[in-house]
Amino acid sequence: MTTAETLLKRAERLSETSGLSLTTISRKLLNDGKGLARIKNGGGMTEKTLQQATERLDALEVAGTPRAEGLLSPETMTHLDRLEAEAIHIMREVVAEVENPVMLYSIGKDSAVMLHLALKAFYPSKPPFPLLHVDTTYKFRQMIEFRDALPERLGVELRVWKNEDGIKQGVNPFTHGSAVHTDIMKTQALKQALSHYKFDAAFGGARRDEEKSRAKERIFSFRTADHRWDPKNQRPELWNIYNTRTAPGESTRVFPISNWTELDVWQYIARENIDMVPLYFAGVRPVVERDGTLIMVDDDRMPLHPGEKPMEKMVRFRTLGCYPLTGAVESSADTLPKIIEEMLLSRSSERQGRVIDHDQSASMEKKKQEGYF
Amino acid sequence: MSNVFKDGDDIHEYLASHEQKDMLRFLTCGSVDDGKSTLIGRLLHDAQSIFDDQLETLGSDSKKFGTQGGEIDFALLVDGLAAEREQGITIDVAYRFFSTDKRKFIVADTPGHEQYTRNMATGASTADVAIILIDARQGVLPQTRRHSFICSLLGIRHVVVAINKMDIVDFSEAKFRAIEEDYREFAKQLDFESITCMPLSALKGDNILTKSSNTPWYDGAALLPWLETVDVTRKDERPFRMPVQWVNRPNLDFRGFAGTVVSGRVEPGDEVVILPSGKRTKVKAIVARDGDLAFADKNRAVTLTLEDEVDASRGDVIAAATAPAEQAGQLQAKIIWMDDEEMLPGRQYILKSNNKMIPAQITDLKHRIDVNTLEHLSGKTLKLNEIGECNLSLTQRLVFDPYTENRSMGSFILIDRLTNSTVGVGMIDYALRRSKNVHWQALEVNKESRQKILGQKSCMLWFTGLSGSGKSTVANLVEKRLHDLGRLTYVMDGDNVRHGLNRDLGFTDADRVENIRRVGEAGKLMVDAGVITLVSFISPFETERQSVRERMDDGEFIEVFISTPLEVAEQRDVKGLYAKARKGEIKNFTGIDSPYEEPTNPEITVDTSEVAAEKAAEMIVEYLDQKGYLG
Repeated sequence: MTTAETLLKRAERLSETSGLSLTTISRKLLNDGKGLARIKNGGGMTEKTLQQATERLDALEVAGTPRAEGLLSPETMTHLDRLEAEAIHIMREVVAEVENPVMLYSIGKDSAVMLHLALKAFYPSKPPFPLLHVDTTYKFRQMIEFRDALPERLGVELRVWKNEDGIKQGVNPFTHGSAVHTDIMKTQALKQALSHYKFDAAFGGARRDEEKSRAKERIFSFRTADHRWDPKNQRPELWNIYNTRTAPGESTRVFPISNWTELDVWQYIARENIDMVPLYFAGVRPVVERDGTLIMVDDDRMPLHPGEKPMEKMVRFRTLGCYPLTGAVESSADTLPKIIEEMLLSRSSERQGRVIDHDQSASMEKKKQEGYF
Repeated sequence: MSNVFKDGDDIHEYLASHEQKDMLRFLTCGSVDDGKSTLIGRLLHDAQSIFDDQLETLGSDSKKFGTQGGEIDFALLVDGLAAEREQGITIDVAYRFFSTDKRKFIVADTPGHEQYTRNMATGASTADVAIILIDARQGVLPQTRRHSFICSLLGIRHVVVAINKMDIVDFSEAKFRAIEEDYREFAKQLDFESITCMPLSALKGDNILTKSSNTPWYDGAALLPWLETVDVTRKDERPFRMPVQWVNRPNLDFRGFAGTVVSGRVEPGDEVVILPSGKRTKVKAIVARDGDLAFADKNRAVTLTLEDEVDASRGDVIAAATAPAEQAGQLQAKIIWMDDEEMLPGRQYILKSNNKMIPAQITDLKHRIDVNTLEHLSGKTLKLNEIGECNLSLTQRLVFDPYTENRSMGSFILIDRLTNSTVGVGMIDYALRRSKNVHWQALEVNKESRQKILGQKSCMLWFTGLSGSGKSTVANLVEKRLHDLGRLTYVMDGDNVRHGLNRDLGFTDADRVENIRRVGEAGKLMVDAGVITLVSFISPFETERQSVRERMDDGEFIEVFISTPLEVAEQRDVKGLYAKARKGEIKNFTGIDSPYEEPTNPEITVDTSEVAAEKAAEMIVEYLDQKGYLG
């Protein structure tokens, strides 16, 4: 089948599933309502036009339910619509009842979805809380660039917190190991920031499908004054009535996208056309292989082992964190549909790329009890 | 059944179909060791929702903590807390996700121990469907009954009674039937729409994905196909409700009301009422970041703007004007107690409903409910996990609907003021009569009280005269003057009445009589509503005008005769009607081939061939002012 025939076949299928007329789809793909009809009658077009149309079709298909222009409202709510509404409800509840909320922003895809939901929840107002990024100083450079462009791009308030004590002591993942680095530069830093700004509720992008202890966590998860989680004594949480009350010093972690799966997140990113850090998409990057994990050499702070030489490989990242602790995967997925396809085929849960919770199965629970988000 | 994406499949096709799926939320419950977690582990495994690295961890955990002699122990997949794995029990509800090619599922795996009932209720409160497990060796246990009752109380209407571990009882039909009969007898007292009993072995996989050959006597569906097809949509014709969560005011020009539609549907133009104030207005727009919405259904989180500058804030409810919700300060509700410290009648708790916190006390425990027999027991207090019917007294009125009619509008939680713990949850049955009575007295308003609010004495200005005499011109000017003075007015004329209320009437004498009768009646209602009503009709017959006057109270009917002569009116002929009538193209035209009877004693007479319309309007407003109609 030629590329043009494939395009036509896909467009026809989209027309059936979405209820959009072929003319409408044709206009969206080719800026011409009769373009598809001409292909059907054997008409040709340039390679470039065809490629552009295919890309546009990718986006339309991922979006699943293309929406009519102007007035939106699909007849029935899909699961993504329901998940979106649930998250927005939760965010509004926090803003209405809590004095000093903050949104933890990790620059990753879950954070991107959270930020997008916040922009929607409070529109036309801007989200009435700041974003907080805990900077371990070892994040990928592209993450920091992306982060620093946010305030201007979206009109949101951004606060960045670094553990200055840790920096003075020179804590880094290479000499101190992942556990110490994560504890001091992430967990301790987060606690410092929350206490410093006296935030009484913090939004996080954790999902219940990520990990077993998270599957057990409430949407409004209570923390003691020293930021501890008591998993055996969680507040009952019925319907969508949330108990937001805390005593002075205590705080709440709020997880609006608790009920989303990884696939939901990606599909929502595609549907809503959310900007992402480029590291999620495949590209040629310098990496070294250590203990079976591909680590990107993102700057010259990374000491190379004797004989170790960075290789240029086509890789991408399934999750983003500190570059020395985040494994890359070899991949050619450079579009959202390809990323989703790869994710579905990989059959390996996303946290595997993170070195921090590899060791023992209850380690996340332990970290949470200690105050890791 | 699997919707697993395989190499070579078309990603675009897969995504398109995945996006169209709906979502079913269900819970598994029942007594300890009935195999709830094993069942979910089995469903996740068979739906291929377990990743390779998770299987690896599961394998090593099974050897360490497993109860299956080193074999894979599915329960360990869902028991996520360290304490749970060590003790081999489920403490808290776990949420799991999987999908088939028909549906997406969110499963709440809930604990069986009585001590953790509140965690089970947490899982049940958001579920559409319940799977109640029973160990085939044990039969119906107290926890089976407790969980069934809580499911029923929380409004779950469809349940599967999964009679599990059938492999251990040799797939005995007799055992299955006995348990089924036992359960159905008990469930007669509950509020389920459908009960489906299934013989299962979660461990071995019988009747999970497909019908098992071990139970040839079972003619129902296997579990997963049932979950894929059960219809949980309720006939939702309930009226529109949106509790206001947050008022959106980015600047002085925008005032939006953010909240989630909890029932019904809303569109721009819909008439709504703000509760508790009772102010009415219309929805102007449903504002969203990607463009305004044409409508919003149940469950959608929206931001509404309203036509009028009405006062509404967090805690208020925007409801369909045709069917407002109830309000009361005294309620009866069913309460499930969830705290180690027992409920204390008379103590003040914080009641939190969908969007509002109100201090409240439980004035009276009417009775406790025995979860085994569902008998009513007397008692003074509720202990942890006990259920009772209570009277509550609130320090403010709550806007609500009964829980059975509207889950979101009829539910609340109780929070301890000191510890901030959620100590109980409630489902409202109804308002106590005391508060309903107060409600009705407050509603006793009449014409006088309405006039008082409006600061005017309502009346009907009846403009009569030939076609083209200037009735409507003068009436409109009068209305404009009154409006400028801040008076509430309304003009009824041939144009707005003949196209609607009276569109079935023609111009025969009989129809003209009926026309005036209806206008008179409608105008009378307007006057009763407190409005200064201006009626502008040719109304050629004295009898009809007189009969309208007689139906009104003294001083309410003011006849304004626009006495412009026929020649002048015909010369103006604004609508070209006289010309047509002269040619015979219009029959029964007043003044040409149908009579006009001049009023004998009009309150006001105006000849627009002598007085300018503006001047006439001024005279009429002055008349109203002098006679005290303008307050």
